[in-house]
Amino acid sequence: MSNLLSVKDLQVTFVTPDRTIHAVNGVSFDVKRGETLGILGESGSGKSVTLRSILKLHPAHRTKWSGSITLEGDEILTMGGRDLANLRGNRVSMIFQEPATAFDPVFTIGQQISETVRRHTGKSDADAMKRAKDLLEMVRIPSPAQRLKAYPHEMSGGMRQRAMIALALSCNPSLLLADEPTTALDATVQIQVLLLIRELQRELDLGVIFVTHDIGVAVEVSDRIGVMYAGKLVELAGVEQMVDTPKHPYSRGLLASTVHDGMRGQRLEAIPGAPPDLGEVPTACSFAPRCKFVEPKCLSAPPPLAPVGDSHLVRCVVAAA
Amino acid sequence: MILYGLRRLIYLVPVAFGVSLLVFALVHLAPGDAISAIVPPDAPQEVVEKLRAYYGFDKPLPVQYFRWLVVTLSGDFGTSIGTGRPVSEEVGGAFLNTIVLAISACLVAFSLAIFLGTAAGYAKSRIVDRLVTSIALTGISVPNYWLAIVLVIIFSVELGWLPPMGLGPESATGWKLDFAHLRYMVLPTIALSMIPLGVMTRTVRSTIKEILNSEFVTALQAKGMNDRQILFHVLKNAAPTCLAVMGLQAGNLIGGSILIETVFSWPGTGFLLNSAIFRRDLPILQGTTLVLSFFFMMLNLTVDMIQTVVDPRIKRG
Repeated sequence: MSNLLSVKDLQVTFVTPDRTIHAVNGVSFDVKRGETLGILGESGSGKSVTLRSILKLHPAHRTKWSGSITLEGDEILTMGGRDLANLRGNRVSMIFQEPATAFDPVFTIGQQISETVRRHTGKSDADAMKRAKDLLEMVRIPSPAQRLKAYPHEMSGGMRQRAMIALALSCNPSLLLADEPTTALDATVQIQVLLLIRELQRELDLGVIFVTHDIGVAVEVSDRIGVMYAGKLVELAGVEQMVDTPKHPYSRGLLASTVHDGMRGQRLEAIPGAPPDLGEVPTACSFAPRCKFVEPKCLSAPPPLAPVGDSHLVRCVVAAA
Repeated sequence: MILYGLRRLIYLVPVAFGVSLLVFALVHLAPGDAISAIVPPDAPQEVVEKLRAYYGFDKPLPVQYFRWLVVTLSGDFGTSIGTGRPVSEEVGGAFLNTIVLAISACLVAFSLAIFLGTAAGYAKSRIVDRLVTSIALTGISVPNYWLAIVLVIIFSVELGWLPPMGLGPESATGWKLDFAHLRYMVLPTIALSMIPLGVMTRTVRSTIKEILNSEFVTALQAKGMNDRQILFHVLKNAAPTCLAVMGLQAGNLIGGSILIETVFSWPGTGFLLNSAIFRRDLPILQGTTLVLSFFFMMLNLTVDMIQTVVDPRIKRG
């Protein structure tokens, strides 16, 4: 099966008059249709920056992109203006972390979904509103006809996130980007929203990139998981491989720091230290200062992403050896 | 919505009452009275006493106040001590002149402020932003009566392009919409629009900047909206804040143009108030203040009502 999205050696730097931040330093991955790639990482690891770069959502005057992002063969990074706007929300759409702030507070849900439909399909007002109603029904919002007229603040968090999903799916995208879509929700609502995304993804044969810092969520929704650290993918593997045999010391640390059955009374393992400053291009393994298994060769050059098994990649000279 | 409007209207009654009481008290706190202002200094004492009794100034203050209140509520604002004409006539004419000037200053100030403020809010270059911010700061900081005098010196005295004072040719007292009258409006409008221009530009700029930083603007980009469509969303979000400030500024223009109207001898309420204060013309003072405060309250009410329409988050009922 051919790739839906292909990201190659993506680098993102933010340039402000005061400093330069190397937020993403050479990330490569592919996503196929009907596949969910989970991207796991802590705050500042570059996971959201990577995701938003797929739609070039960063302010153009402060952001430098290099590498390549292709969707069904079309290069996105060189797109601009009308081409980019035609892609956004149409072929690739996005669900945001905080639906309370991602909807415009002074327009109704119906207006906001239907304007997207009109923008990309050229449907009439009435047809677009009809489509919006069908979408709300699809994400299982009760009494959708009334909810069309509701303002974002009149809905609960879970309902808003469903509406956000409806909005994202309004123009039949082939790729759905989810930026921590369940982080702002209650635990019970989280599961409902996750199940909904999973189900719609299968139904509509979507490619999904799901960014989260929650390991449980990543394992629940993903087919493959990529772990990001300091602007790089440090490990990329199928979900079982990642859970059963994590190779990178950072992934192992992350998985060890979760709570599961039979751990009562034990001390939780934490990763000592803090992530590095992204102001400089790394000249060694970025994780080395926090790593228990550090060796002299870790500090000589940034390690490559090397295969350690069947479609299992790891950026660690110690683990790959 | 209609119920809310009615309730707010009823709330205006005690406020108006308080305002009238305050005005009355303030006038009587100041030394001197109207009679000594209109009679010659050498007038015989009994004439002064007679006049005082005629206007009711010999009664105790509370009695004076309630007499005035009762008569006013019946629609009679009394007669001016200075001119002998009915207060309603004097105030009515002056009020219309003030409104005309205020509307033209609002139109100039607000349209320019929305344009400049939006440009600065969107500006990625610091130069545009700084330029607009300094224009706004100048508008707020320069005393408008001083600017008025400078404008008169440049455009009336030196260049002779525009009339220096009055609201129309041949010392007209009523405003008409024609070219001759419009020429008289240019300088007062410019002078009067400076402060609201500065205040509104700053408000629009900071509101737009704040909104552009919100997540929903990114979300709008992410769904493929073009810049024009996003601007529409941004402006509708900026409207409630800007409307509130606009209402206050418009109110200030109506009540606070005493200096400008005096410089340009514009026969509006500010001009009227100024001369009434000098003449201790109590009926005019009270009549004008009452009309102005009532208008101010109505203006605020209107702004509040518009806000509930624009911003669905404001729930009132």
